[in-house]
Amino acid sequence: MLSSQKINLAKVAARAFVAPRAVRTFASSAVARNVNFELHNASFEAYKCDVPSLDVDITKDELVKMYQNMVVMRRIEMASDGLYKAKLIRGFCHLCTGQEAVAVGMESALTKEDKIITAYRCHGFTYMRGGSIVSILAELLGRKAGISGGKGGSMHMFTPNFFGGNGIVGAQVPLGAGIAFAQKYLDHKAVTFALYGDGASNQGQVFEAYNMAKLWDLPAVFVCENNRYGMGTAASRSSANTSYFKRGDYIPGVKVNGMDVLAVRQACAYAKEWALAGKGPLLLEMETYRYGGHSMSDPGTTYRTREEIQYMRSNNDPITGLKQRLLEFKVVTEDELKAIDKAARAEVDAAVEEAKASPEPEIETFWTDVYKKEAGIPYLRGREPQEIHHY
Amino acid sequence: VSKGLLDKFGPKRVIDTPITESGFCGLAVGSAFAGLRPVCEFMTWNFAMQAIDQIVNSAAKTHYMSGGNVNCPITFRGPNGAAAGVAAQHSQCFAAWYGSVPGLKVVSPWNSEDAKGLLKAAIRDPNPVVVLENELMYGEHFPMSEAALSKDFVIEIGKAKIEKEGSDITIVAHSRSVGFALEAAHLLEKEGVCKAEVINLRSIRPLDVDTIIKSVKKTNRLVTVEGGWPQYGVGSEICAQIMESEAFDYLDAPVVRVTGADIPTPYAQNLETFAFPDTEVIARVVTRSLNKKIGA
Repeated sequence: MLSSQKINLAKVAARAFVAPRAVRTFASSAVARNVNFELHNASFEAYKCDVPSLDVDITKDELVKMYQNMVVMRRIEMASDGLYKAKLIRGFCHLCTGQEAVAVGMESALTKEDKIITAYRCHGFTYMRGGSIVSILAELLGRKAGISGGKGGSMHMFTPNFFGGNGIVGAQVPLGAGIAFAQKYLDHKAVTFALYGDGASNQGQVFEAYNMAKLWDLPAVFVCENNRYGMGTAASRSSANTSYFKRGDYIPGVKVNGMDVLAVRQACAYAKEWALAGKGPLLLEMETYRYGGHSMSDPGTTYRTREEIQYMRSNNDPITGLKQRLLEFKVVTEDELKAIDKAARAEVDAAVEEAKASPEPEIETFWTDVYKKEAGIPYLRGREPQEIHHY
Repeated sequence: VSKGLLDKFGPKRVIDTPITESGFCGLAVGSAFAGLRPVCEFMTWNFAMQAIDQIVNSAAKTHYMSGGNVNCPITFRGPNGAAAGVAAQHSQCFAAWYGSVPGLKVVSPWNSEDAKGLLKAAIRDPNPVVVLENELMYGEHFPMSEAALSKDFVIEIGKAKIEKEGSDITIVAHSRSVGFALEAAHLLEKEGVCKAEVINLRSIRPLDVDTIIKSVKKTNRLVTVEGGWPQYGVGSEICAQIMESEAFDYLDAPVVRVTGADIPTPYAQNLETFAFPDTEVIARVVTRSLNKKIGA
């Protein structure tokens, strides 16, 4: 079993980091410099549609921004890990360490009008969708400055174009179809990316969402973040069919190397164009990997080997992968990247301190937002008849 | 209920969904998050059990969990409770279950005015609202006032209505049971037994316990009536709230509940008769309650 796993890993590694065949740069001003990469042809596999183009055209600024975003995201998750171990974060905490390329690549292909919804591994997406680092960390700490006022926690973070942050496995997928429905109804030229994991992929409601999205040509892109393990169960032990990009049956799909931020970006741009062209939904499967356990309660080593984790870290890391590309094709210097790393660390460290300094939510907020303020109910009961709150 | 709506409003607004409650309810909730004002119909509330996670965990709780950042102005509606001869899986009343959820409003119309005013209020309400109709009431006709026929007629959610004033005992009911309670009250008045005050709850959540308290202070006796199961039901909740309120001191007899039987609904008609309360059962219980006195 292990040797065949190693072969699979080797394939993924080969896909991620074979040098692009050509890089063309334009010798105009450094800021406007366009870089052209050609992705390895194992970056994509298609089902009932064409593969996205392997030709990536991107500015230096965008590349540097993507690197920066991934580094900050990694730092946020590392900080969360430490805070959880210090018992400052309670309850659930699902980290996306290793999966950064998905959120960053996706964001670089979308606009603010597009919407995203995912499950509980949401800190990275919250950041990419406009959540400040302080508001994310403060939410984890249960403080007033938290993005949900401290009332949601790790799994319930939202921004105007990001619908969480959802705790019930699979429930976010029909919700995502609904958001896409609203976009179509309101004639917004935008799409919704609804994400779920390999663990959620077998949920009935996912297929119910597929069906309605296809029937009604909703501008929905369903994205399976396949990190190979649904909690502690390997995908092959949970799914009779692990070709998640084909599970949409009548919905075309693309499997993507989710450890390569440029491949993710390319696939998401392709999917967005598909959905906006009125072709209905598309399915993307992002092959990705988390270094940590399912959550902070899970060491992540009882159902997979430390070797496997180490192998992925050493050979497939999305940040290292982009770094190698940028250096090899002289898009930036090593010093510039080091400066970004240092700045990211400082930014997150400062945010940790600011989040820690934020007070707990005021007791009054215990009672707020059960109903909309302008259409509330007269009173709510606390733990006993005399603990009553009148609105 | 949706007859003629497709012709009136068109296929963009009136949508036939596949029979996939979990999916279409989630889709409706998601569309509400994203700015629409959907009315999500369940063919009966029994099937909403497939979707109850979306109603409770997505619709009801999200405004709170997001610290007020996400809105869910959705209306869920459909027939609830007993029909006729549809047996156990199709006859359950869900008032108590949804009524216990903070974040939801729950209404239960009895007559035509209720149905219109409460549904319109539900749709206009920016919170998620559960509207529990009753299939057997769909075919019944009621007079509508001029006001009730107007375009903007809404009934305030959370306010009960005194359908019949009385002095000797209070009967509180919701949905179809209101009709039976009124029949029982008229029967008992005609027979000279008592003048019963009949309250139509209209809303399950928020529960208008103030109207009930005011009535009990006047009549000193209370009987609740519902079609749902007895344990942990609407009547149980009313009893508990009365106990905890000043109305307790005004009771001359214990509060009594009239409910559906604690049984999965049987099919055979003679058995089904025992599953749900009617005029005769209510009259019997009211009479018995009148003959009780605390401490006597």
